[in-house]
Amino acid sequence: MKKKSLGGALVAVPHIVWSALFIIAPLLFVLYYTFTSPEGGFTFDNILGLTEYADIFRTSIEMSIIATFCCFLIGYPLAYFIARSTERQKKIFMILLMLPMWTNLLIRTYSMMAILDDGGFLNSILLALDLAPVHIVGTKGAVIFGIVYDFFPYMVLPIYTAIEKIDRRLLEAASDLGCSNAQVMTQVILPLSKSGIVSGITMVFVPSISTFYISQKLGGGTFELIGDTIERQFQSYSTYNIGAAISLVMMILILISLAIMNRFSDGEETAGRLKR
Amino acid sequence: MKYFSKIYIAVVFMLLYIPILVLMLFSFNKTSNTGAFDGFSLYWYKELFNSPETFTALKNTLILAVSTAVIATVIGTAAAVGMVKMKNHVLRTAIQSVTNIPMMNPDIVTGISMMLLFVAIGTFVGLADKLSFWTMLISHVTFCLPYVILSVLPRVKAMDKSIPEAAQDLGCTPIQSFFKVELPMIMPGIFSGAILAFTMSLDDFVISYFTNGNDFQTLPLLIYSMTKKEVKPDIYALSTLMIIAITVLLILSNFSGNKDDIDRRRHEKMIAKASAQKPAAKKN
Repeated sequence: MKKKSLGGALVAVPHIVWSALFIIAPLLFVLYYTFTSPEGGFTFDNILGLTEYADIFRTSIEMSIIATFCCFLIGYPLAYFIARSTERQKKIFMILLMLPMWTNLLIRTYSMMAILDDGGFLNSILLALDLAPVHIVGTKGAVIFGIVYDFFPYMVLPIYTAIEKIDRRLLEAASDLGCSNAQVMTQVILPLSKSGIVSGITMVFVPSISTFYISQKLGGGTFELIGDTIERQFQSYSTYNIGAAISLVMMILILISLAIMNRFSDGEETAGRLKR
Repeated sequence: MKYFSKIYIAVVFMLLYIPILVLMLFSFNKTSNTGAFDGFSLYWYKELFNSPETFTALKNTLILAVSTAVIATVIGTAAAVGMVKMKNHVLRTAIQSVTNIPMMNPDIVTGISMMLLFVAIGTFVGLADKLSFWTMLISHVTFCLPYVILSVLPRVKAMDKSIPEAAQDLGCTPIQSFFKVELPMIMPGIFSGAILAFTMSLDDFVISYFTNGNDFQTLPLLIYSMTKKEVKPDIYALSTLMIIAITVLLILSNFSGNKDDIDRRRHEKMIAKASAQKPAAKKN
């Protein structure tokens, strides 16, 4: 019996080898490049030199927080309203929400360009109405707009799933016990959909802080985000060591924010359990 | 309130779809003007179909996606089956956390880390082309593996262990009982894992961008190189065709009454991703 189960576990070996070679080893290479100079000697210069990129880090964090927050503000009501529609409507809304997610990121960003570009659709409408054309592509606003547009469905879906799961009787009980509609929202629905909010925020924040395509296209090359900087180190300058150092710092930043977010939602869950 | 929610849903979806619809409209424009519609024509589609690049990219994309799905499904299924049988829980959790790394990391980090590995190995072995179809295939399999495992694992866990035991009592060898009893039972999980891997590979740009060789271009990479040049509606035409293909697939899968429909799979992917984030983030 024992021998058989051991043999059974052995089928996981190809995967273990694969993970070691293609997940662990690449990350070790990131570490190695971070702490070596192009000549191969050990150095802290790459990490210490990152102060040069402090502004880029700040802009990226700022912009992805704003974009994530916008996604949440627009997405939460949408998720809530969809969850309250009839089954048939839900099915249609889900397809409508899924379709942009299935459309390649490049295409979505490009369609945004088609609208916002100087010679684009929006400006030709403005001109036709005798209004002054607006210059949008190349501003921070355009990039934030693009991030929100591209990653918006990733915010709505997990929140929708969480709201869907809430037992309707809880809401009825809350109103029976004297809660106003607003109180039901803030005291019952919002806390119970916290897990959805946390995963929605994560799923928007991580790709938006590391994007390079959106800022390249909609930012018009006027400013850089972390993603652009990394992309340039690897694809244009071949300065792998600095690129690796920036990536490592970004990874650590993301891990810290994920850990804080999860602690935050876990703490709330425990508090809820204690109250009961 | 009822009206407000209807209007809100309508407005948000309109904003979500206007850019895509405008892009589709201008793919039929007679001129290369992307601001004003000068008249209907199929010029840009003809242009697209006349370029051999488009077809090579389409062929490459499909070859890569199918190979990725096959390899990731075989390795991932075996891993899920093996992981459940593992007695050592510490080892199992460790394997699972490592597997989830590419799912949690931003794509660009996965991309550059693989690029560093491939360039180092290529230099060490003395290859002229350090990046190629093979490096792309390896990276695609790597980022698809967690999704396959997360689709298969619940099926393996939910399986009644006494059934394969019964099969062996009745004279099956362990191998026979696996292929004749266990495999059919976890098949739905394997199937949705394979489809997930296929679509993820099809859709990927960022990781491919860092690991592709010069001689192997996929559709997302082709679109990227097209957008680097002047803005021309030929990209709109290609995008329109891709959107139409996706829409048809999505609608077919939703109304065919198929239990394993595609949107649920996408949904599963997100839920899997969300639930995987928790344990791994705690570890850090």
